Amino acid sequence: MSRLKACFERLSAESRKALIPYVMTGDPQPEVTLPLMHAMVEAGANIIELGAPFSDPMADGPVIQAAAERSLEHHTSLHDVFAVAKKFREKDDQTPIVMMGYLNPVEIMGYESFARQAAENGIDGVITVDMPPEEAEDYIAALRAHQIDPIFLIAPTTTEERMQKIAAVASGFVYYVSLKGVTGAATLDVAGVVERVDLIRKYIDLPIGVGFGINNAETATSVSRCADAVVVGSAIVNRMAAQKDVKSGQTAIITRDVAELLKSMRVAMDAK
Amino acid sequence: MSEVKDKIDYSSMPDERGHFGIYGGIFASETLMQALDELKEAYYNSINDKVFQAQFDFDLAHYVGRPSPLYHAERLSREVGGAQIYLKREDLNHTGAHKINNTIGQALLAKAMGKKRVIAETGAGQHGVATATVAARFGMECVVYMGAEDIVRQAPNVYRMKLLGATVVPVTSGSKTLKDALNEAMRDWVTNVDDTFYIIGTVAGPHPYPAMVRDFQAIIGREARRQMQEQTGRLPDALVACIGGGSNAIGLFHPFLADESVEMYGVEAAGDGLETGRHAAPLCAGKPGVLHGNRTYLMEDQDGQIIETHSVSAGLDYPGVGPEHAWLKDIGRVNYVAATDKEALNAFHQLTRVEGIIPALESSHAVAYGVKLAAQMSAGQNIIINLSGRGDKDINTIARIEGIEL
Repeated sequence: MSRLKACFERLSAESRKALIPYVMTGDPQPEVTLPLMHAMVEAGANIIELGAPFSDPMADGPVIQAAAERSLEHHTSLHDVFAVAKKFREKDDQTPIVMMGYLNPVEIMGYESFARQAAENGIDGVITVDMPPEEAEDYIAALRAHQIDPIFLIAPTTTEERMQKIAAVASGFVYYVSLKGVTGAATLDVAGVVERVDLIRKYIDLPIGVGFGINNAETATSVSRCADAVVVGSAIVNRMAAQKDVKSGQTAIITRDVAELLKSMRVAMDAK
Repeated sequence: MSEVKDKIDYSSMPDERGHFGIYGGIFASETLMQALDELKEAYYNSINDKVFQAQFDFDLAHYVGRPSPLYHAERLSREVGGAQIYLKREDLNHTGAHKINNTIGQALLAKAMGKKRVIAETGAGQHGVATATVAARFGMECVVYMGAEDIVRQAPNVYRMKLLGATVVPVTSGSKTLKDALNEAMRDWVTNVDDTFYIIGTVAGPHPYPAMVRDFQAIIGREARRQMQEQTGRLPDALVACIGGGSNAIGLFHPFLADESVEMYGVEAAGDGLETGRHAAPLCAGKPGVLHGNRTYLMEDQDGQIIETHSVSAGLDYPGVGPEHAWLKDIGRVNYVAATDKEALNAFHQLTRVEGIIPALESSHAVAYGVKLAAQMSAGQNIIINLSGRGDKDINTIARIEGIEL
């Protein structure tokens, strides 16, 4: 069984919801990412979303773009993302890793080569922001051949017809982006989210993660009441940004803030 | 025995999902998919809607001032000493460039779709001005995203946009140029997709933009084809146009694609020279990838990160190019070449001096290659150079480069 499937089944048996933090590989420094991943799991994260930086992240807001720019100062490539995943797997063979990025770095590498290396290095799922199902036939085939779940986004504007299209190709889970707009924008309309998640469940028989706009224990908890997973992105990256000048070797300082945020979310989500 | 080649039906491209061969397509985030579907539908309806087309034609004639002249540059032709050079005078359009052909079309579409707010990205500022202009005319709210670097390079156009009532938002991310402005405009659209129409200025972006912008710009080639036949009794031997995203070039080329005798040259910005790596010539020196919603040739590094481009001309300073050009390159129908900053500056002066026409720095790239090409041809041959815009906006830049204080 895939790590993602096992993870959601385990949580479901315990009536708990998944907490999925997002972290940009190599932000603010290359050596931060690995200890941060372990610290996040210790703080209660169930799945790690590992960002691969892209120079032109159109679907992301200024917060994630700045993270990509910090990461790219160190020339972080897909090879570095793979290397971090591989290191992580030396100590943790259970927590699923989902890579999130844009298509062009994957195109340059080639779909087959990318899928093979991702699998070899312990990556379980891939979110490719600018790759809709319509263009993804070959890509999905390559990912599937290596047991990697193609994870797709669903937006507030996604029609029921498109939900069916996505249902036909997605696996692992689907990711509902709860706001129109880019990452890190505005506040969350929880009632609207509940309604949409119910609609998605009509068409898609996979766990549903909800992200965009979740920045504290309170929003995490209210979203976790309807969703199977809560994705926390910009709130974490903001904390990384605040620590960007921290000296290398002081990774504990950088990870402490993030771990505290996740712990507070974990406790609140489990208490309901 | 002669080889029988399958005729390519250029008018059938792109396919219904926006592909030109392996290029084009829709590579957009999920939030935009529905909006792109609606736009596609609205656009294809408008093509077959006589009322829409009549309104478009009327505005091109009475607001833009079309047809633009096809001007036989006799003195320039004589000085160059080769083919007869004809200039397609898009610089004489309202707002001073070909950009308005497209913004009129898209603004009419926005109106038809009931959108009250238009947004745009701009590099040189010509598309921003053209968008602000039509927004003023149709009474729409207008926001233009422009790289902070370009705002400095193109101050007069920034002021024009403000006069026209647009809000100009400086973009400080990435390289602070056109591509970053496009990212930012895309973000605005994702956020305000219900009431906002994104007027993309070139034949890039996700389907239907490359096809739609081409069709609005193809008026250039249709007119030029007719005018050339009226003036010389035959088709031209060659066409030359500059290429940033490639909208003026595809506009000129498209109506001639099936005319096998007509050679075509798309001129990219070679910046400091292709060999220096400091240029903006993805077709000449890049490789295929995916950016801004479509698959095309890009300026990128070995990891697939988009790299900074370099050109004296803000309007050509873009790391991608329209997907139809990528396809036309691969099938060998159009020759893609490049002119350096220096060559463009020389051409700028030559045309200004010899014909009394001040070309935009973008168009100067086409002039630079065009005169070189004409010199190798015979006096009995004719070429058309697309003079896509006028150079008033560039005089500050030229003066600065040449150390002249205004």
